[in-house]
Amino acid sequence: MTLEEGIFYVVAAVTVLGGLGVVLARSVVYAALFLIVALLGVAGVFLLLAAEFLAIVQVLIYGAAVTILILFVLMLTRARDVPQAVDGPQKPFAFVLGSALLGLLVTAIVTTDWAALGATEQITLVPARELGRSLFRNWSVPFEVASLVLIVALVGAVILARMEEEEE
Amino acid sequence: MIPIQHFLVLGAILFALGVYGVLARRSAVLILMSVELMLQAVSINFIAFAAYLAPQEFRGLIFAIFVITIAAAEVGLALAIILRLFRNRATANVDEVDTLRW
Repeated sequence: MTLEEGIFYVVAAVTVLGGLGVVLARSVVYAALFLIVALLGVAGVFLLLAAEFLAIVQVLIYGAAVTILILFVLMLTRARDVPQAVDGPQKPFAFVLGSALLGLLVTAIVTTDWAALGATEQITLVPARELGRSLFRNWSVPFEVASLVLIVALVGAVILARMEEEEE
Repeated sequence: MIPIQHFLVLGAILFALGVYGVLARRSAVLILMSVELMLQAVSINFIAFAAYLAPQEFRGLIFAIFVITIAAAEVGLALAIILRLFRNRATANVDEVDTLRW
């Protein structure tokens, strides 16, 4: 086992443990903290895939902004004051469906001949400069649409959250 | 060198965990977190395919950037909706919001 593989297994184990924590934790706050672990693990996976720009974006947007937003809403909805069952009655069904999906996906991944599809053996590092050039040249229209979506969604979120105060 | 299957299996595990979480959890915030796990799995797949199958094009990476952007918008909007839900119904559990159920 090479060093690279060893690092991958450690990062993957951290990610999967974080994910397990998110879906199994008894407390909502613990689940949110496990989510941070999982997201940072995914950032590590991005680094192993030589996508260093995306790893940084991942840490900034997910590791910080999204988790803090989630923790804020947990605080505002006072979800931890009421000790109650966090899982619904469909738990066994969910377990069966999740396992079946995992089995299906893993079977598909293992049986596919990736070399025939042109999978390379060596990951080439993508320079952030090239990525930015591609984003702003070839993908500028989707980029602008995404910024429009962002501003509409966030203004909508502010209006939704403040609606009650205006009604009073 | 890590084979591409490793990354894809990791993505599959995360996605299956997300599906389980979405179906099993009651709290809307926890369901949202499980959706985030599924989006992460999708991002891993996109970047793995970009790195192994089309190294000269950045389509997978660009898609992953857009996934992260849209996910940020989605989280903000979903959390505002959950906040409204909590103010109106005093609960954030999806199985207690059943006014439309016949």
